[in-house]
Amino acid sequence: MDAASGRSEPAGAAAQDGAPVLRVSGLSYAYGKTKALDDIALDVHPGRVTALLGPNGAGKTTLFSLVTGLFDSRQGEIEIAGQALRKARSRALASLGIVFQAQTLDLDLTVEQNLRYFAALRGLPGRAARQRIGELLAEIGLDDKARAKVRTLSGGQRRRVEVARALLDRPALLLLDEPSTGLDIATRRWLVEHIHQLARDHGVAVLMATHLTDEVMPQDDLVVLNRGRIVAAGRVDAVIARSGAADLDAAFTRLTSAKQAETS
Amino acid sequence: MNAAHAGRAFLAILWRELLRFVQQRERFFAALVRPLVWLLVFAAGFRATLGLSIIPPYETYITYDVYVVPGLIGLIQLFNGMQNSLSMVYDREMGSMRVLLATPLPRGYLLFARMLSGTAVSIIQVYAFLAIAALCGTEMPPSGLLPLLPVLVLTGLTLSALGMFLSSRIRQLENFAGVMNFLIFPMFFMSSALYPLWRVREGSVWLYELCRFNPFTYIVELVRSTLYLQFNATALAVVVGTLVLFGALALIGYTPARGGPAAGRAGAGG
Repeated sequence: MDAASGRSEPAGAAAQDGAPVLRVSGLSYAYGKTKALDDIALDVHPGRVTALLGPNGAGKTTLFSLVTGLFDSRQGEIEIAGQALRKARSRALASLGIVFQAQTLDLDLTVEQNLRYFAALRGLPGRAARQRIGELLAEIGLDDKARAKVRTLSGGQRRRVEVARALLDRPALLLLDEPSTGLDIATRRWLVEHIHQLARDHGVAVLMATHLTDEVMPQDDLVVLNRGRIVAAGRVDAVIARSGAADLDAAFTRLTSAKQAETS
Repeated sequence: MNAAHAGRAFLAILWRELLRFVQQRERFFAALVRPLVWLLVFAAGFRATLGLSIIPPYETYITYDVYVVPGLIGLIQLFNGMQNSLSMVYDREMGSMRVLLATPLPRGYLLFARMLSGTAVSIIQVYAFLAIAALCGTEMPPSGLLPLLPVLVLTGLTLSALGMFLSSRIRQLENFAGVMNFLIFPMFFMSSALYPLWRVREGSVWLYELCRFNPFTYIVELVRSTLYLQFNATALAVVVGTLVLFGALALIGYTPARGGPAAGRAGAGG
């Protein structure tokens, strides 16, 4: 949504080459009579990190539930890697890796068992899965924890395993729903750097929901969501400039509080 | 749907269920002890007081412990179906259900794989129970044990479908114990598991009518007739009908909430 004009154009579409990996258009969703998302349109491109910035209750998790097919909406379209989620659910989800906001590992299985279980769910053959699990555990620095029960890991280590799990079959699109919730500063820093490295070096399209402005890098695409509507979108510096604020913190406060004042 | 992918996913779901069952030693122990207590304690007492005339599929007078075995097989699968349901509610609360349902396979297939895995666990328990019952002197026709296998798959799926439907309706883990007690015991007691229906009718006609409307009665009777190599078309039809009904309701229950005026809140975060 172009916040200034009110037109429903995909956020993140400006100055991008090639087809987006994720295309959301005209998407709305309501819980009963309460509107949670209203006419959302956004594109996420390969090799780019798009930060979905919004306060608690903005609709970020609802949007993620819709993109992962856990919710369904009659209003709007979602396309992943060119496949419409509603018409070709399995093909669309095959290109998607996701890290949910809440921890979703099986605590009673080991790290390796969790990853093997998920690899099989994604259809990876045994040998390929074992090899990929070895690579990913080395990448996240947990190769010595392969046989450890997840229950014995710290919150940060669990989150790393979840990132590895999301990358098992090399998804074109990686969704992260507030991935740094409950993590210490060092793990948060690792996570943000790792995500940007994935986009830069492997061409993964990343959509990361967050409410923390310090997780957004200057080179990222930014979509600001407030009360179920996109209130600003574009490159980070452009969003800051358009809001008339000095930095992203101030811009975020201005964009979200202005909307609240307008609606209250 | 890619067959190799579907096969791998099913084996993974089955492996996880089996691993869970083995890891939870208390569950394994309780699953075996529960029917054995009924068989060795309850049936031993009733053996002396309850006379059973010759009723199909039995061709001679039988002792009470022989009569009660099919009911206890049903009880094992009923508990297992509810356990499966409980673990689905737990998985939903813990988030691993989201991981499963966001898998690029048809939702119906994923739910079926989950039901079949739970059924496999229940079948292992049934045969372990039958082996111990035989060792304790309860007579059973060995020729009925193999034909029993496909019937156990059917009855197990039916009770898993019931459990899955319940798990789709129950929003919180805390509510589950009440529902289990509310459902398991009436289903078990108001059936032909413990007494033949003609005996129930002698005691109470309304209870007899309730037993006749209880699908669990037909599950028990299907197991009983198969164990004695007889075909019970009515029981088979009711069990298949129950499976289709609760399977469809479970699938509807796990269909994503549609956003619109009538959509219910299915949990939201930021």
